[in-house]
Amino acid sequence: MDISEFIKKIEAEVEELTPGTLKPETAFRNLTEWSSMHALIIIALVDMEYDVTITGDDLRKCTTINDIYNFVKSKK
Amino acid sequence: MALFSIPHIKLSGISACVPKRSESNLDYDWITEQERALLIKTTGIENRRIAAANLTTSDFCYAAAEKLIDELKWRKEEIEIIIFVSQSPDYLLPATAIILQDRLNLPKTALAFDISLGCSGFIYGLSTIASLMTNAKIKKGLLLTGDVSSSSLNSKDKSTYPLFGDAGTATALEYDENAAPMFFNLQSDGAGYKTIIITDGGTRQQLTPESYIDVEIEKGIVRSRKNLVLDGLEVFNFSLREVGPNIKELLHSNSTEIENYDYFVFHQANKLMNETIRKKLKIEPEKVPYSLNKYGNTSSASIPLTIVSELSEKITNRTTHFLLSGFGVGLSWGSVALNATNLICPPVIEL
Repeated sequence: MDISEFIKKIEAEVEELTPGTLKPETAFRNLTEWSSMHALIIIALVDMEYDVTITGDDLRKCTTINDIYNFVKSKK
Repeated sequence: MALFSIPHIKLSGISACVPKRSESNLDYDWITEQERALLIKTTGIENRRIAAANLTTSDFCYAAAEKLIDELKWRKEEIEIIIFVSQSPDYLLPATAIILQDRLNLPKTALAFDISLGCSGFIYGLSTIASLMTNAKIKKGLLLTGDVSSSSLNSKDKSTYPLFGDAGTATALEYDENAAPMFFNLQSDGAGYKTIIITDGGTRQQLTPESYIDVEIEKGIVRSRKNLVLDGLEVFNFSLREVGPNIKELLHSNSTEIENYDYFVFHQANKLMNETIRKKLKIEPEKVPYSLNKYGNTSSASIPLTIVSELSEKITNRTTHFLLSGFGVGLSWGSVALNATNLICPPVIEL
């Protein structure tokens, strides 16, 4: 897996985001579009695509998209 | 491991009763229009039924039971077991099932008791009533499940209020030597007991004046200690982690495959969650019905309510192979594989 593919997958699931909005360094909680529902969407996506479980605690420790990506990669 | 089968019990009928009053999440103005749209899209929950203040879970179950007994043309003196599964009983004591034994005019030879479970309650209730009926050769039994969750919700809590609806159901079972066995896989994890909880009002934390005070937990989440708390993220994770393997184990134990089932009826809590479980198990979408958009999460009523509202016309005059799975508060979860022939399902009634 690489991060640009990871970002494309998130942008495909989160319809509220214009493609190209997310960067590895994006602090996702600061996005105006961000809501708690998106946490569920990302958890479901990662579970389906990478078979990795992200808990609420894991996600709270992540600030940027890159943090989530590295977490998923470390569990693969 | 709680993997077991129960012989000689036939599922004869299911009925469901919901409140007349409907609320739409499109009108839930505690959150923004954009949040409402995303909530409906992600959870699949648009409309919910909310009980009038004077109605309890047992009122809905009572109406569902009377309708079902009537449709089945049962003689009430033959019904010798009644189990009520709910987390919104009429009183702290006595058990609501006993009050319903009298209200439904069931004989005094009937055994009656309550089970305190929510999302997994229909599966657990079915295993309990079927075990007792097969062992005691009880001819006819009623399993009543449901909750009036609205009574414990705070309308200023966006993490709970727009998700739950009220409902009560009745399921009829008969002793029948020719019935195919039901196969169960039941599990529990009390380490997650705080994931879905009402903290005050039991004996651990009795009601005090402070129990009623609304506190802002975070933006959009205001509640008191008498209200239901739901850690949505943790429930979501728990369900993705546990439900698939539980079902796979069950299929392995009774030597069946996904293809052998006509319908997989899941507890209705969140569409994204159920769809993820469905896709991981590689189940075709047409085998997984949803009533979430009409009724929301109706706790232990969700599985029978979904069968009645979504499948009743498709399953009459035939044998249907069901896989049913409930998961949530406890944490508690379980699945059952069963056949139903000529299942009687009158249309959803309103009260």
